[in-house]
This record gives sequence, C-alpha cells and structure tokens, in this order.
Amino acid sequence: MSATSPLTSGWRRWLPGARAGVIGVPYLWLLLFFAIPFLIVLKISFAKMAVAMPPYTSIVEYVDNAFTVNLNLGNYTALFTDSQYVVAYLSSIKIAVISTLLTLLIGYPMAYVISRLSPSARNIAMMLVVLPSWTSFLIRVYAWIGILDSNGLINRTLMSMGLIDEPLRILYTPVAAYIGIVYCYLPFMVLPLYANLVKLDNRLLEAAYDLGAKPWQAFLRITLPLSRSGIIAGCMLVMIPAVGEFVIPEMLGGPDTLMIGRVLWGEFFNNRDWPLASAVAIVMLILLLIPIIIFNRSQQRELEGKLA
Amino acid sequence: MPVDAKPEAIALNSEPGYLSIRDLRKEFDGFVAVDDVNLDVRKGEIFALLGGSGSGKSTLLRCLAGFETPTKGTILLDGQPITALPPYERPINMMFQSYALFPHMTVEQNIAFGLKQDGMAKDAIARRVGEMLELVQLQKLGKRKPHQLSGGQQQRVALARSLAKSPKLLLLDEPMGALDKKLRSKMQLELVNIIEQLGVTCVMVTHDQEEAMTMATRIAVMDQGWIQQIGKPDDIYEQPANRFVAGFIGSVNSFEGVIDEDLPEYVTVRTADFPAPIYVGHGITGYEGQPVAFALRPEKVHIAKEEPEGDTNKAFGVVEDIAYFGSHSVYHVRLPSGAKILSNFANMKRWDSDGITWNDEVWVSWDDNDGVVLTS
Repeated sequence: MSATSPLTSGWRRWLPGARAGVIGVPYLWLLLFFAIPFLIVLKISFAKMAVAMPPYTSIVEYVDNAFTVNLNLGNYTALFTDSQYVVAYLSSIKIAVISTLLTLLIGYPMAYVISRLSPSARNIAMMLVVLPSWTSFLIRVYAWIGILDSNGLINRTLMSMGLIDEPLRILYTPVAAYIGIVYCYLPFMVLPLYANLVKLDNRLLEAAYDLGAKPWQAFLRITLPLSRSGIIAGCMLVMIPAVGEFVIPEMLGGPDTLMIGRVLWGEFFNNRDWPLASAVAIVMLILLLIPIIIFNRSQQRELEGKLA
Repeated sequence: MPVDAKPEAIALNSEPGYLSIRDLRKEFDGFVAVDDVNLDVRKGEIFALLGGSGSGKSTLLRCLAGFETPTKGTILLDGQPITALPPYERPINMMFQSYALFPHMTVEQNIAFGLKQDGMAKDAIARRVGEMLELVQLQKLGKRKPHQLSGGQQQRVALARSLAKSPKLLLLDEPMGALDKKLRSKMQLELVNIIEQLGVTCVMVTHDQEEAMTMATRIAVMDQGWIQQIGKPDDIYEQPANRFVAGFIGSVNSFEGVIDEDLPEYVTVRTADFPAPIYVGHGITGYEGQPVAFALRPEKVHIAKEEPEGDTNKAFGVVEDIAYFGSHSVYHVRLPSGAKILSNFANMKRWDSDGITWNDEVWVSWDDNDGVVLTS
C-alpha cells in the first residue's frame, strides 16, 4: 500500500486496519478473559486469608500518606513446606505423564492405520474418532461409572461368563482415572498425529525399502522421526490439560487419586482459603509453562530445518 | 542413414540378457497396466522405457523395484529369479522421481542409509559416503539437509544414494522430471558419464523422447502396456516399427496409401494426398493393394521454388506457416488435397532475403530412401 492510498491518508490512518482488527480481536479477548483474571489470581496469591468479603486482605495500603505493598509469600512457602501439596503436584504429573504415554500408545497406531486408509475411509474413521465429543464431556465421564461400577457392564459381563466370582473393584481407583483420562483425551492425540502422518510421502518409505530397510526398520528410521512434531503436539495437548484435570479424578478416581485440581478445589471451596488456592494455581501454571516452552522451541527448530 | 533392416539389432533383442523379463503382466482391478512384456537388458547398458502416461512404463519399473507384484511372469537378474523378492532383498536401487530424499537426514545420512541397513562398519560407511560425494562432486555439502540444496544438487544426492550399495541394477524414474530445461541437458550427459564410469546396468523410465535418445543405449517404446518397439535410438527414429512409434518419436509427416507395386528392389505407394507416386528404394514385406502409411521426417523434406526433376517423391503446395526455431525453421506446406507436409530448413545464413516466405508456391521433395513404409 502506498502512502497516498486513500486507506492510509488523512485521519483514516489513525483507524485500525482490517489486519489489526483480525489480530486484535482475539488478543483483546485473551486480555480480558485470560491476562486480567490471571493477574487477579496472581494478586490474590500474595494476599492473606481473611474472614471478610472478599475473603482475603488487600496487598496495597495507603495509610498516613504512606503507600505500602504487602506481598505475602506465606502461601508459596506453605506449598513447598507442606508435603501434601508437593505430593499432589508430583502425583498429578505422574498421572498426566502415564496417561499421556498410554494415549500415545493407543493413539499412534490408530492415527497410523487411519492415515494409510483410502481418502474416503479416512474421513469416516476420523469422524468416528471425533464423534464421541459431540456428547457432553460430563455425560461421557458419567457413563464410565455405569461401565466400571461393581455391578456395571464389565463386572456383570465377566461374572455372567463365569470368569470372576466377585466384582472387580475398578471404579474409584486410580485405574478408573487413567481409563477416563485416556478415553477423553484420545482425540487430542489422534488428531495432530493423523494430520502429521497423512502428509507422510509414501515414496520415502518406498525409498527406504529400496535401500534395504524392512518395513519395521523403515518405520523406525523414517516414519517415527518424521512424525516427531505430531507426537510432541499430541503429547502436549493431552498432558497439559491432564495435569490440571479435576472432573475425571473426582468422578472416577476415588480418594486415592490425588491430583492438584482436587487440592485446588478443596482449598477454594472447603477451606475458603482463596490466597492459598491462587498460589496452588499459579505454581501449576508455571509447571505447565515448562513443557509448553519446550514444545514451542522444538517447533521453531523444525521450522528452521535444524531438527536432527 | 541406410534404412536396411538391421539383423544384428534384432538378434540382440532376443538374446537372454543380464536382466530378463519374461511374459510379465500386471493387472489392477481388471485393468491391464503391463501386458505380456518380454525384455532383455544387457550388462552395462542404459535401457530406456519410453512412453506417455498410462503406457505401463512406470508400472513395469515398479515391478522391477519390487513395489508391485506382477500378476504373471518372471524377472531374472544375473540369472537369479527375483520376481518374488520384496524390494529390500533385491540387489536393485532406484533413483526416485523428485528424488524422495529423507528430509530429516543430512546428505551424508541419506547416502549412508542403505549401507547402514546392510550393517556395514562405521568407518567403511564413512569411506563409501566420501567416495560417493566425490563421484557426484558434492564433497562440501555433506552436512546439509536436502531442502538446503538446489534441484540439481538434490538429484546428485539421489543418484549417490542409489549407487552407494553398488546395485546390480539401477532404476531411474523420470530422472530429469524435476529439473528445468537448461539444467536437464547438462545433467543428462553428466548422469550418463557417471553411470558408464561405474559400468552399472541401468533401466530408466521417461516420457521425454529427447532424454531417452540422449541417454539410452537402447529404448523400448511402450503404449497401453505393450512394447511397441525395442531398438537403438537411431533405429527407433529412422526405422519406426509402426504408426504409433513413428508418431510418438519426433515429428513426422504421415500419409495413408496403398502399395501399388511391390518388387524385391523397390516399392511404390499411391496416396490420395498428392498426385505423384511415392517411390521407396528397397523392398518390404507386404503385398500389392495393402493399406500402408508412409512416414517421412520433416528434416528429410527439401523445399524449393522450382519443380524438382523426376516423376516421384514430390508434391506441390503453398507455405501456410513458418515456425522459426533459430537454428532451423519448420515450413508448413498445405497441399491442394488439404494435407499438410512439414519441412525443416536449416538456417545457415543469418539473413536470407530471397528465402521462401508465407504464401509462396513451393515444391517439396525427398529421396528414395528417406521415408519408411509402415504396415501396422
């Protein structure tokens, strides 16, 4: 666009252009509904609990011409001194990592097989992967109660077949939480993997066979390294929300499934300790930032073509 | 160029070769892509499969590489049957169309792939990769990734990768397909030099007749799954076996007619396209009254303003179009019958002011042995 263009001349150039609008609207949205609430939570995490409305102290005071900022670090020190929180964080990460690996183990073969189907069959298969998401998340998790329950679908089937005498205890154990997380997050693993694998040039595999690679060797040396970015994207999409998952461990996991989401809920609603709950949330966010940064850097490297 | 049938070339075609394809047939869901192909390629030869799309040339190549299983027939390489072997067990390597270089590996890793697969020792691999890089003159680019290379450099890497394992047979799938025209003619000769230097037997697939003629020692022209003709480039050009080959290779003037006189030492053909009879100075296997085509290459057609002597092999017409190619011009001469005849005229003078131009009335003529009578 030249400087004399009617769009940029006179007062009009002070108006935001269409490009700025397209970028600006989502940023404004993020500012209003992510950045500002985040700053509020950050602020609360440095306050003290108070029996008041709202139930925390103010961190800035202006008394006798003196402007004071009281940053209470007690909530953070509590998080690292009270082993309950550390254990909850570690347990969350453990559950998230294991369920991510399980999802990858199930999702990779799925995505691989779907990407090798004919184009029309591919679309149907991907539809089927996404189809359960058309039902409410809560209802799907609730349905698992009916399947895993002592007199649920699995136990009744196994008992009627005479394979077991008394019902297996699956519901309200960590196993049930794993099942729920893997089930709910599977599409988030399959989608990026599929998008990556479907682009794989079949001639690269043929070239590998031609050079003496058996199909499994070609898979390990060509398909797997080339799908790296899909694996990373899928794992991030599963692991990041899984760390903070609350509904699934709450509904399926039982008391043994200790996750940070439940601790957060307890501090906020049961103890009404908003500052501590805020600190729990902030630390969780920082923990999740690490994998996000790793993910971003690996994508950046791939764009620059430096990926080994 | 004498156009006598070459008994020597025919004998070579039937001699069992280093690579020997017998009665090969490949069907896809009832569609016959390759139909009863018999082919022998000699050791050290560069053999081209030439044809348009859908001619079956690529399917035949994929059968050789092992990516397709033939419906019927056998393939023997150096006396060993390889028809049932999977691609990774065949002593055959292929340079793929648009190369199929592994994007996540460096040039060196790409070349080393096949050697590593064979379990070769690390230092031996490094030595071999070095040799290969030297062969294709890419010593300085070993650490680069394929996307950091130009098209010509990528092609060299692909060649080095397919030669690294010293295959018994090298397959080239449209080797120049991804290069621009200028680079193409340079790389054609370079590729042939490298292949001949190593003495590797090579089968290439191409749709480009110039490429096949430049690179190959022998060519098989394919159409609709059939081999139409096998021969040296000049045999195929000067002695096409049928109307398809004559029309596919180069440009050609083709006139339908019937055999008028059929004698051992000459044949005459009468056509409706021009009044003078066609006199061919050698005998053919045909009969009087047989419908035939007379094929004549444009560069063999003389064009002049004066009527040539003699009663045969000439036609009168008007210059309708002149296509200027720099080195030569192609004159399009419209005959009174409506038929058109092309004549190539070498531009040997820079400015030819009294040359033939548009709408000139001209005579075209050719010598007794310049054309070919095609019976099929």
